[in-house]
Amino acid sequence: MSTVGGHGAAVDIKNCGKTFADGTLALEPATLQIARGETLVLLGPSGCGKTTMLRIIAGLEQPDAGGTVLFDGKDMTSLPIERRNVGMVFQSYALFPNMSVAENIAYGLKIRGMPKTERAARVAELVALTNIAGLENRRIDQLSGGQRQRVALARAVAIRPGILLLDEPLTALDAALRERLRGELNRLLRALGITAIYVTHDQAEAMELGDRIVVMRKGAIAQIGSPREIYFAPQNRFVAEFIGAANILETVVENGQLVLPGGRLPIHGAQNLSEAVVMIRPETIGVTSADSAHLSGTIDSVSFVGDRQRLVVSGAAPKPLTIDAPNTIQAKAGERVGLSIAPDAVRLLPPES
Amino acid sequence: MRDRLLFTGQLLFTLLVAAFLVVPAGLSIAAGVTVNYFRGIASGVTLEWVAQVWELYAGTILLSYVIALATLAVTLLAGVPAAYALHVRSGKISRMIEELITLPVAIPGLALALALLLTYGGASEFRRSWLFILVGHVIFTIPFMVRSVMAVFATVDVKTLDEGAASLGASPWRRFRDVIVPNAVPGILAGSLMVVTLSLGEFNLTWMLHTPLTKTLPIGLADSYASMRLEVASAYTLIFFIMIIPLLVAMQLFADGKQTR
Repeated sequence: MSTVGGHGAAVDIKNCGKTFADGTLALEPATLQIARGETLVLLGPSGCGKTTMLRIIAGLEQPDAGGTVLFDGKDMTSLPIERRNVGMVFQSYALFPNMSVAENIAYGLKIRGMPKTERAARVAELVALTNIAGLENRRIDQLSGGQRQRVALARAVAIRPGILLLDEPLTALDAALRERLRGELNRLLRALGITAIYVTHDQAEAMELGDRIVVMRKGAIAQIGSPREIYFAPQNRFVAEFIGAANILETVVENGQLVLPGGRLPIHGAQNLSEAVVMIRPETIGVTSADSAHLSGTIDSVSFVGDRQRLVVSGAAPKPLTIDAPNTIQAKAGERVGLSIAPDAVRLLPPES
Repeated sequence: MRDRLLFTGQLLFTLLVAAFLVVPAGLSIAAGVTVNYFRGIASGVTLEWVAQVWELYAGTILLSYVIALATLAVTLLAGVPAAYALHVRSGKISRMIEELITLPVAIPGLALALALLLTYGGASEFRRSWLFILVGHVIFTIPFMVRSVMAVFATVDVKTLDEGAASLGASPWRRFRDVIVPNAVPGILAGSLMVVTLSLGEFNLTWMLHTPLTKTLPIGLADSYASMRLEVASAYTLIFFIMIIPLLVAMQLFADGKQTR
């Protein structure tokens, strides 16, 4: 049985890379610390190495020579998954078709030699926690996707693991259910106070669940930071474009101002630059009247999407700007408008990225 | 009118083909219970030949079952883990081993038997015991077990189930016992029926490997055809039918059950 109670274990990944047998580099050597009780999200497009990283932490893959995995300071690198006391939720859930829901949840406890009555009590506790009361005696093939997801989660946390590993646990579900379960999962992870490592390609999931997000690309870490840091202060063009919508502009700079076709735009930190790559989020651009504005352009299109409207404005910047405007303003295609952008909202990116 | 003609024509043709196959079997069975085959069924019906076969060949029949069940035991113990290993490991060597295991299906039984005789014929104790036939039967039937278990593994994502059980702390042996085998049951059953049926009916290889004291059902059949009255040989066929048909029916029922599920 685990000695770590509600707080989970700290994870230290040092220099862990992975080269597959056929010679492809799935993961460049990476170093990463995860604090006790923290929820860390590995986010990136498919093939970025996030699942490989998770499987190395789980013990399902061995890192290349030189890599080490520590749990609470103890070297786990050579231990197989069954001796690491981790809970894991798989994308396909991996529930055992030959066992009932209750037997699935109790399996890890049975392996640990927990007496039958204690096992039953623990199962009842988890069934309540994950809202699956009444399904205990069902077979796995009699469950819906959402129910399977909950059983998989209950089974993984039943053993009181030091670390909970989740590999795209919501990807197999439809959008509405995914969103609801995301909220439930978030509350559950906070309530358990467990260290969790969560793999996803869905940025909304990453934002809601992660204390920190590790954005990955082509087997390397592109940025590590809180959801706010990742969103507002991306360190490179890939992160800026992968998270949310972004206008990326490459322009000439004069006296700390961007020189744009539709006017000039003052920004911070560009006094000594002659050209720059910048990112502007669509919702940070305000729409004003064209007469008094420093920067202006012409509306190409307006799409009303309910909670806001998305405008595309050309003529202001070298390429059309995407703007998220409040759903109350009147805007028509062909109209000239002024744009107000606070200097803070313009984020400088490294030029070559 | 034309449709009916066509239908009647097809029906007649089908019945004719069926009769072509069924009549010899029927005649053979009838011969087994006829007092004198040359005088025809008019000479009377008797179970004497069946009794005589039983008296002469009860040991052979029993040995056949012993060998079939032993073959089943060995193919289960070796074949199921092998199927699992071959399913989980994806390397070139695994594919080569898979091919190697399947090879005996394509090689004539005579060639297999010859190889066994050349290699182990000198070990006279072994050569004389029924274990020698068992080895031949295992080589011949194991691909059927491995294949049918692997077919099930391919449909239930057994690798992820194994990882799931491992994440809960189960050792490789516990995983194999609690998760892998129970989820492979349909393939194991289908493979088992196949192995037993093939072992009971195998002739080529067994004929080369047998000694006068280690004979199986089909060898006894050939023996009786060669040295007994036709009625006795036919009665033998009847016994053979009775033993093998239930297995074939079970196999068929099982295959149907899988399709409708």
